[in-house]
Amino acid sequence: MINKIAQHLEKRRNWVIPYVVFLAVFVVLPLILIAIFAFTDSSSNFTLDNFAKFISHPEAINTFIYSIGIAVITTLICLLLGYPAAYILSNPTFNKSHAMVLLFILPMWINILVRTLATVALFDFLKIPLGENALVFGMVYNFLPFMIYPIYNTLQKMDQNLIEATQDLGANPFQVFTKTVLPLSMPGVVSGIMMVFMPTISTFAIAELLTMNNIKLFGTTIQENINNGMWNYGAALSLIMLLLIAITSLFTGNDESSQNEGGGII
Amino acid sequence: MQKSDYIISVKGVSKNFGSKVVLDDINLYVKKGEFVTILGPSGCGKTTLLRLIAGFQTPSEGTIEIAGEEVTQTPPHKRLVNTVFQKYALFPHLNVYNNIAFGLKLKKLAKELIEKKVTQALKMVGMTDYEDRDVDTLSGGQQQRVAIARAIVNEPEVLLLDEPLAALDLKMRKDMQMELKEMHKTLGISFVYVTHDQEEALTLSDTIVVMSEGRIQQIGTPIDIYNEPINSFVADFIGESNLLNGTMIQDKKVSFAGTAFDCVDKGFGENTPVDIVIRPEDIYIFEPSDAAMLTGTVTSSIFKGVHYEMMIETANGYEFMVQDYHTFPVDHQVGLLIKPFDIHVMKKERVCNTFDAKMIDSTHVEFLGTTFECNETPNIEAGAEVQVEVSFKHVILQDNEEEGALTGVVKFILYKGDHYHLTILTDWDEDIFVDTTDVWDDGDRIGITIDPGSIRVIP
Repeated sequence: MINKIAQHLEKRRNWVIPYVVFLAVFVVLPLILIAIFAFTDSSSNFTLDNFAKFISHPEAINTFIYSIGIAVITTLICLLLGYPAAYILSNPTFNKSHAMVLLFILPMWINILVRTLATVALFDFLKIPLGENALVFGMVYNFLPFMIYPIYNTLQKMDQNLIEATQDLGANPFQVFTKTVLPLSMPGVVSGIMMVFMPTISTFAIAELLTMNNIKLFGTTIQENINNGMWNYGAALSLIMLLLIAITSLFTGNDESSQNEGGGII
Repeated sequence: MQKSDYIISVKGVSKNFGSKVVLDDINLYVKKGEFVTILGPSGCGKTTLLRLIAGFQTPSEGTIEIAGEEVTQTPPHKRLVNTVFQKYALFPHLNVYNNIAFGLKLKKLAKELIEKKVTQALKMVGMTDYEDRDVDTLSGGQQQRVAIARAIVNEPEVLLLDEPLAALDLKMRKDMQMELKEMHKTLGISFVYVTHDQEEALTLSDTIVVMSEGRIQQIGTPIDIYNEPINSFVADFIGESNLLNGTMIQDKKVSFAGTAFDCVDKGFGENTPVDIVIRPEDIYIFEPSDAAMLTGTVTSSIFKGVHYEMMIETANGYEFMVQDYHTFPVDHQVGLLIKPFDIHVMKKERVCNTFDAKMIDSTHVEFLGTTFECNETPNIEAGAEVQVEVSFKHVILQDNEEEGALTGVVKFILYKGDHYHLTILTDWDEDIFVDTTDVWDDGDRIGITIDPGSIRVIP
């Protein structure tokens, strides 16, 4: 028996089996189930009603568009705040220690719900009303490290020779940034956008807590439907969101495949 | 010579990184249209010197002028030089055309003009029709060509090249050398070329600047540098050579390897210790006869393509490297002859170690941060500042660091025919020079002891 296992283990190819099993059970199977549920009604007959319901339901579509809007705003703010932060962190004249980088990454170590609850408490304490602004603040606060880190990574690994070559060819410091540093850090920017955009579009916990359930995001809609036993409609909504994320990753992924030196997390 | 004849003047430039001196009082003048090569082993400061000229670093002391204007503190983008980087440094996000057009676009030239210039530059480096290629898809040699085109398209006054061919294979390197030389002729601008490859330097340059440890050792034409090396470092670094200790008996008469020879050098004084350089191709080798000035035994013979390289050991224990088209079998007796013109005599940089020291008491003296025992010196009081001299051969090296009064690391080795002349960098950060017949390697850690009787104290 043991001999047989040993024999199997000798083939390097067989080592992959546990991972394949894991992926099949926890990734592929649920996806198939979502697809099946989305295209069937409660009595398991094929139907497109779930999608028709979404399209004919202005409230759902509004939530959908609103979620995208919030995600885009969050991503933009993260980018505007995160890029300069990453630039300063990666520049040896401003920052010589790794401790600073760690400080920026540190919030990721704390559970997202704990952080959000703390934000709620802080807003209460400062008597700032919860609502849309609080929501965006909470999103940015939670996802900013995911923007900083990939950009920091690409900036840090950037070949100093390229920057010197740019100077050598007559570029002033501003042109060095726009002509070389920025284009070469795009893989990191793309990674950062994906890392922020994808979770913000599907999150519901932050929205619930920071708006006292006043603002609904698409993630909330899905969660409510599934909680209320409307599996098929919930699955259809999930599939629509998945499609959106897939489109964004295709859209941004092209750039990255040609830039394998990019230091993104994805 | 008029000031304006120099396109680059480096005057008294020093550069320190912290307490480490990388460049020490460098003076270098480059004429318009000159091909200057800065040659030296790695870590000698040659790349730092180039970076100072390009403006990526600023000197700690001294001034740099380009085209008659002082640019010591000018940032790189305002200097009239362009650089070809060692690792090409092509922009990976741009294609060949846009890489080359980069500098021109920054200058906001008209589109048609840029196109014309890029096409010309590509033609110059033999890369016509490569405009649209991604730089990642090019071979090393092609990337190098694009890097050169990117620099020359800006029509700089001076092209700086930092070991541009180091990453290419031998055949490619030879081809590129010829092309660079051709390009230099066509463009008529000055090239400052950094390399550690002495053959490359000899092939390409109008002027060679030999550097070692942050100092310029010698500046001269390739022929000067090869035939008349100024010191044993240059002689050893450029080409193969036999280096020996000798004594100048009188003008045009020198003795080495236990034999007196006629030579053409004079003005060293009588009975002066000197260094002798003889190039291996300058020694005549033949069957023993009356014409032989030295006789010896062949210890090895290696075929090198064009010639044979033979090691000859003379009866009194000196080794000579000889290159000849004919070979003699190992253990064969041969005669050697050296013509007076081929014996190059160099002044010795030093004949013994000299250190600043302090008397501790009448039998102890402190130098190199260590207290050494010495012969009794009753006339010098304790605490007096003195000098000590220690001859090279009385410095004893120990395998075991702990046995030495002082520790250090072997930094440079010269073979002097019958012994090695070692430069040891002590942990006190000062060099000590040692003659030994033992074989040591570069970078060996060693302990140093000095026999009390061989320390000469000079008040």
